[in-house]
Amino acid sequence: MIDTLRLTAERAKQLVDRGEVSGRELFAAYRAAIDEHNGELNAFLTLADDPGGDGLPIALKDIISTKGIRTTAGSRILENYVPVFDSTVAARCKAHGLRVIGKTNTDEFAMGSSTENSAFGPSRNPWDPARVPGGSGGGSAAAVSAGLAPWALGSDTGGSVKLPSAFCGNVGLRPTYGTVSRYGIVAFASSLDQVGPVAKTVRDCAYLYSVISGRDEHDSTTVDVPAVELPEGDDLRGLRIGLPRQLNDVEGIEPGVKGAVATAIAHAESLGAAVETCELPLSVDYGLPCYYLIAPAEASANLARYDGVRYGLRAGGETFREMAMATRHDGFGDEVKRRIMLGTYALSSGYKDAYYGTAQKVRTVIKREHDELFERFDLLVSPTCATTAFPVGAKAQDPLAMYLTDLLTIPSNMAGLPGLSIPCGLSDGLPVGLQLIGPQFAENTLFKVAYALEQAIGFDYVPERLR
Amino acid sequence: MAISKEEVLHVARLAYLELSDGEVERFRVQLSAILDAVSKVSELDLANVPPTSHPVEIANAWAEDEPHECLTHDEAFANAPDREGDYFRSPPA
Repeated sequence: MIDTLRLTAERAKQLVDRGEVSGRELFAAYRAAIDEHNGELNAFLTLADDPGGDGLPIALKDIISTKGIRTTAGSRILENYVPVFDSTVAARCKAHGLRVIGKTNTDEFAMGSSTENSAFGPSRNPWDPARVPGGSGGGSAAAVSAGLAPWALGSDTGGSVKLPSAFCGNVGLRPTYGTVSRYGIVAFASSLDQVGPVAKTVRDCAYLYSVISGRDEHDSTTVDVPAVELPEGDDLRGLRIGLPRQLNDVEGIEPGVKGAVATAIAHAESLGAAVETCELPLSVDYGLPCYYLIAPAEASANLARYDGVRYGLRAGGETFREMAMATRHDGFGDEVKRRIMLGTYALSSGYKDAYYGTAQKVRTVIKREHDELFERFDLLVSPTCATTAFPVGAKAQDPLAMYLTDLLTIPSNMAGLPGLSIPCGLSDGLPVGLQLIGPQFAENTLFKVAYALEQAIGFDYVPERLR
Repeated sequence: MAISKEEVLHVARLAYLELSDGEVERFRVQLSAILDAVSKVSELDLANVPPTSHPVEIANAWAEDEPHECLTHDEAFANAPDREGDYFRSPPA
């Protein structure tokens, strides 16, 4: 009996390597778990057959192109789209022997914070199915948390790996911009999109990052990446941690979240880290408005490609314009239309300088404010979100309330910085995420600190109701 | 900052989006509220601040100009809603 709920990727690999479990048995165990739980969780949109071999199964967010496996981006407009090529990250997983077990649910085109914007219904949080798993990569996070896959890939534009990882009790990395190829990733906001791993443990997360990262000739924004060091040890002496006041004392923070984060920080101090409060005022005040101009602007351009001609849905119409407008009306959901409208407005004649141009300058301010802090600190720590997972439907009618969910993840994303969310405790029975932010390319520092904290905190990643 | 129904329709036309009457009114209200919130970016003094289009500085990302394997015609057309020979077919402009 393989306990997929508790099995880490590292342990699963040991079992297979020692011949205690065959590759086929391992894949079948996860498929059985999917059969048991996916009806409730709606984590997977499409399942893949076992391609054979001994590699670990992996779940991929349905924003990641997989050759021959339907890739919907959570949208009606791509409901029947079957890629004819693999994204670089999918190809690297396969080259590493990993077996794609299925494609996970996402907010449509990764636009959302709850997975409720999926055209194929919301995913549910394994800790409490009445609540959202976070978004946009809620399917990947729910799948890992409920033992439906040992690990998964998500993509993070404003927090879509970090937030669901926090809500589901997973370890999730948004890597430094440029470290992971975007080739074959359904584009949302190209200057922000970044694929990242979701796992049960820091070591699994680091290992998966080593599989997918590195320069790719198909994506000219990728760079060479420092060799990934699998973390071990718990010595944090000499480490300087900054606690940005504006991220940690944010309005509306749940007492349970504050408490769990404080406990994690106390652990860091007892392991030898020097912890000091610092200030990040402009990034937190202006990060969200800046993001909600730049990301929709880029999205409006990227999504222009869905015109009913080369692939995807086509609606009827006498002329090209009629057909394209009807196709986009029928194929896109509410939030995607809203962001296309917002982005088109922000880029339209007469408004481009005032909105998009200004937001790009604010982005410089945000980047500089972070850079200055990293002259004094090795990393910054905060909650990943001010609250735990909220009930399905709680924010569905209020776009601005939903946007605020990403208040704490967005600023560092604007600056292209790596961010790691690890579980640091429970608040009213729901996981709390701790966000570690480093300077660009400091993933190894994040892994090292997160690993030490993970051991000290001793969080049990199996949802209480499934134990 | 309230935007008008005409502005919503203008932007929808730029974006190739057909909107129902209900969507026009809903987006008018919602986009007005969102634009109010994001207009906050104009509060800062940005006189000598350069724009950031890309968070990681990369200069001259060259690739060798060599032929690679590419998709076959049938692969490229595999998801096409309508095909005529080696062309995508669409209604007339």
